[in-house]
Amino acid sequence: MRAMDYRGPYRVRIEEKPMPKILHPRDAIVRVTRSCICGSDLHLYHGMVPDTRIGMTFGHEFCGIVEEVGPEVTNLKRGDHVLVPFNIACGQCHFCKQGLFGNCHESNAQATAVGGIFGYSHTAGGYDGGQAEYVRVPYADFGPTVIPDWMDPDDAVLLTDVVPTGYQAAEMGGIKKGDTVVVFGAGPVGIMAARCAWLFGAGRVIVFDHVDYRLEFARTYAPAEVYNFKEVDDVVVFMKKTTDGLGADVAIEAVGGDAEGNFLQTLFGTKLKLEAGNAIPLHWAINSVKKGGVVSIVGVYGPTGNMIPIGNVVNKGLTLRANQASVKRLLPRLIDHVRDGHINPKALITHKVPLEDVADAYHIFSAKLDGCIKPVLVPSTH
Amino acid sequence: MDALSTERKPLVDTSAIPGWGVDADPENDPTYPYRDRSKDDGLLFNWQRPPIQETDVEILQSIEHKTRPAVVGTSTPPSGLSGMIRRLAFRWSESNWLHWLLLMGADRINVVEGVAQDLSRGKVPNIPAEMGVRAEWQHNKKGLATKVAVLTAVSAGLFLLLRGSKPKPFEAQRKRVTPPEVHEAD
Repeated sequence: MRAMDYRGPYRVRIEEKPMPKILHPRDAIVRVTRSCICGSDLHLYHGMVPDTRIGMTFGHEFCGIVEEVGPEVTNLKRGDHVLVPFNIACGQCHFCKQGLFGNCHESNAQATAVGGIFGYSHTAGGYDGGQAEYVRVPYADFGPTVIPDWMDPDDAVLLTDVVPTGYQAAEMGGIKKGDTVVVFGAGPVGIMAARCAWLFGAGRVIVFDHVDYRLEFARTYAPAEVYNFKEVDDVVVFMKKTTDGLGADVAIEAVGGDAEGNFLQTLFGTKLKLEAGNAIPLHWAINSVKKGGVVSIVGVYGPTGNMIPIGNVVNKGLTLRANQASVKRLLPRLIDHVRDGHINPKALITHKVPLEDVADAYHIFSAKLDGCIKPVLVPSTH
Repeated sequence: MDALSTERKPLVDTSAIPGWGVDADPENDPTYPYRDRSKDDGLLFNWQRPPIQETDVEILQSIEHKTRPAVVGTSTPPSGLSGMIRRLAFRWSESNWLHWLLLMGADRINVVEGVAQDLSRGKVPNIPAEMGVRAEWQHNKKGLATKVAVLTAVSAGLFLLLRGSKPKPFEAQRKRVTPPEVHEAD
């Protein structure tokens, strides 16, 4: 089968690889119909995540047709079209029992801080991902969800990560009716977080980024007030001025380690990789939220450390909340939101690219060319 | 020293502590709603484990794990020099920077190993294509031209620099050490 193949920072290609096999009684083999490139895949692509090995196949946002199931998978059958949450979760460990499906303790040998994630380095378990024609899906009796007949697969594939991550970012903000919410990052997750903030009753939603076409998209899609941080002198002062000197009630960090906006953070975090990425959006979030406010973090950083003003977290009495989205927990609610027209996920998709052109798709997304918001890879087997 | 037991032994008789638990508030839960704390059994590794995946692929394991998780990813097992460094890295915990720095170092070495592996199979990697040069040409000709110009200038500069620092030919050196002419005294 053909699959994406990582060759080093900024280098990927298509390779012929062996077909995946059932390796565990709860496995399934899925023929991929759609697979997104996620903004967090770019952290891998840029060489920022430790233990990203040459030859690995990325891809944690995918849906597809069940081709084969292990003996303990009784809830799926061959031919089911399923969306597969990016978390690999057993559903029965200490953490899964509590609904923390992004923190499963039975899916990642290499690290304990995060559960297994498809195609996301060996730090997240060493599983090949869905940017391929076929993929092995562990715990297939728990994670995959059959796509409702009425749902467009383009909507379904975005329910594997982008929508639940954006939704959980807003949920963790503990937004109360009328709250002012500031979102850092106008990538797909940031845009979705801004959209979902309204579902929780936000009274005002502000989005910061430096890419104008994405800000314009967020302005109309969320909808939100949008600002290019390169056009304001000081993001924090700007936020204070626009909130009567107090700061936002809730700040959402939806960028992660690939951020731009501060020379030292870029030098130490992005270029020299002495930090787990550039944490300037986290810095802004902490300093622009009001005292007693909430900072919700869904941006992906590496496992080492970052320069952030933790003293201000203490002095301002902030609540920090963060996690990988618990996709399976959120899916029933999000499927309802799509059905009821509250969320239109597929509107984020700007590029549908044949799997064979994966190198071009990565470059377009990474370099923010051609107005790219969300690229989806489509294997020729579909 | 043995690891501390996590079993809930009655280390302290809480009934003897005045006021124990009087301010416990179930509403005080910053993890709501993404964590259902009613399902928290305490610090007990007591869940019914999934069947354990048998594998002959080398799996590196965090030393913070009590046991190997039931399922494992079998992609790209450690190999070569990078594999040796990765194995070394897993002697330290996830909270130790050395663990991660070694892994990052192994990743960089692995890139070179990947090129060598391609060449050993008779395949010359098309690096521009792998970096999406076609998309750059299609959507950002100006940027591509700038990159090519910078690359050319840097290459030319390096070439000239190296050329300038070359040892001079033997004849030229010889001239320099030729002793000054000696004029006989009148």
